[in-house]
Amino acid sequence: MTEFVCIACPIGCMLTVEMKGEGEVSVTGNRCPKGAVYGREEMISPTRVVTAVVRTDSRAFPYIPVRTDKPLPRALITEFIGDLTQLLVRLPAKRGRVLIEDYRGSGVNVMLTRTLPPEGVSRGNS
Amino acid sequence: MLEKTYDAVVIGGGAAGMAAALAVREGGHSVAIVDREAYLGGILMQCIHNGFGIHEFGEDLTGPEFAERFISRVLGAGIDVYLDTTVMDITGDEASHVVTACGKDHGVLRLGCRAVVLAMGCRERNRGNVAIAGTRPAGVFTAGLAQRLMNLEGYLPGRRVVVIGSGDIGLIMARRLTLVGAHVIAVVEILPYPSGLARNISQCLKDFSIPLYLSHVVSKITGMDRVDGVEVTPLLEGNPDYTKSFRLDCDTVLLSVGLIPENELSRKAGVSLNDDTGGPRIDANLMSASPGIFACGNVLHVHDLVDYAAEEARRCGEAVGRFLSGVSAKQFPLMAGANVRSVVPNFYAPDRENVLYIRSFIVKNDAILSLQIGGSEIKKRKLAHIQPSEMIRLRLQPSDFPALSDGQDNLMEVAIR
Repeated sequence: MTEFVCIACPIGCMLTVEMKGEGEVSVTGNRCPKGAVYGREEMISPTRVVTAVVRTDSRAFPYIPVRTDKPLPRALITEFIGDLTQLLVRLPAKRGRVLIEDYRGSGVNVMLTRTLPPEGVSRGNS
Repeated sequence: MLEKTYDAVVIGGGAAGMAAALAVREGGHSVAIVDREAYLGGILMQCIHNGFGIHEFGEDLTGPEFAERFISRVLGAGIDVYLDTTVMDITGDEASHVVTACGKDHGVLRLGCRAVVLAMGCRERNRGNVAIAGTRPAGVFTAGLAQRLMNLEGYLPGRRVVVIGSGDIGLIMARRLTLVGAHVIAVVEILPYPSGLARNISQCLKDFSIPLYLSHVVSKITGMDRVDGVEVTPLLEGNPDYTKSFRLDCDTVLLSVGLIPENELSRKAGVSLNDDTGGPRIDANLMSASPGIFACGNVLHVHDLVDYAAEEARRCGEAVGRFLSGVSAKQFPLMAGANVRSVVPNFYAPDRENVLYIRSFIVKNDAILSLQIGGSEIKKRKLAHIQPSEMIRLRLQPSDFPALSDGQDNLMEVAIR
């Protein structure tokens, strides 16, 4: 029996997770279905959404934020952050653009989370 | 000099400012946003982590993603946006206000309006606010400054880091620093319980085995040119026990010790402030005691979640619309009672929907939140767990109120037991 704080939303339910054998997992303490999924996955193969920044070719905006579109297995995170340092994004670039498809066969894509240069920048549209 | 007139001018282009401006515009009024940064979005643009938007959009978004959803709407809504523009002054009387600002595109701007929305956000408490003894070396940062350096400008603030305070920004930065190869030696919290959200303790500290010292203080910062370490002291019944002090070597100290609403402009404009929150005192329409000046978001009181700041700001924008259209409703005073540190707003309108944001003074399981008017309880709600760092939000409908006569003061008290 293991206890986890659920990270699926800001409430932070205290989950009690138990392996019942045969791959069956019981989750209690969750207030919503997301908690049951999180508790089960945290027990079997923990994953996290990872966010970071990647270098750009711009002087005004030298870094652009990125995220994984799904949670990445925790075991891959350190390597993933290292791989991101090898990349360079040319601006302009749009939020939502996929930067890496199917990262190392994990099924997880990496995408830009900001549009740079920003829209509507520096001028009153009056 | 540029002179323009709007129905409303919003000061600050972060989540609150944008949500308020959109609501004003949707009510059919003209509105402008003024922001000192070169782009909209405010502090969300440096909050690259996820966890935003669950309430507002039903999705788990990063800060920039949350902000850009509002930015696209603002740019498509016919709202004038003045960027790289700093507001210097709010002057005028109850009938009309003038917002004086200065920016590189227009020089000095004088924006006349009938309503002003304060949405300037908040500032971080710093080393001076928490009075830490020791030398004054380089390497002491507030957590939000470190976040800006890392996420927008691409600098690593240090390699061996002690975080003072367990507020959410400090926890998020502990994880961020660890992921890029810095060593976070410890998080030191003066209170016996963490200040940040439970999930951040879990995913930012436990995931990386970062020690959290509760009921401990950093009693001294040492180092000549650069920080070389801190002295940590446990608290014994609330007092530092220096016989048990120990040293942690580090080259960087991050402070995550709370936020203060940024009301320099409001104060200068004569807006009356609430000592419980550090923000303006406001009525049920989120209007300050200065007629026509409204406030929302972190300038009003520091929120835990941007979703709630945006919700509050939208309600504020709707109230601005009603003010501009001359619609009013009766309202009565609201105050913090037993075990309540603050309640916002400071008035309630029994004929409308009200949303109360409450901060507890105490940590308790199975607490009861009780609302009383003239000594009789009109509503209560059971709360599984409360602590000062987690805001309690309560929605009240007209049906929650008994018939109230105009002659009485009908003071409503919010208490926790």
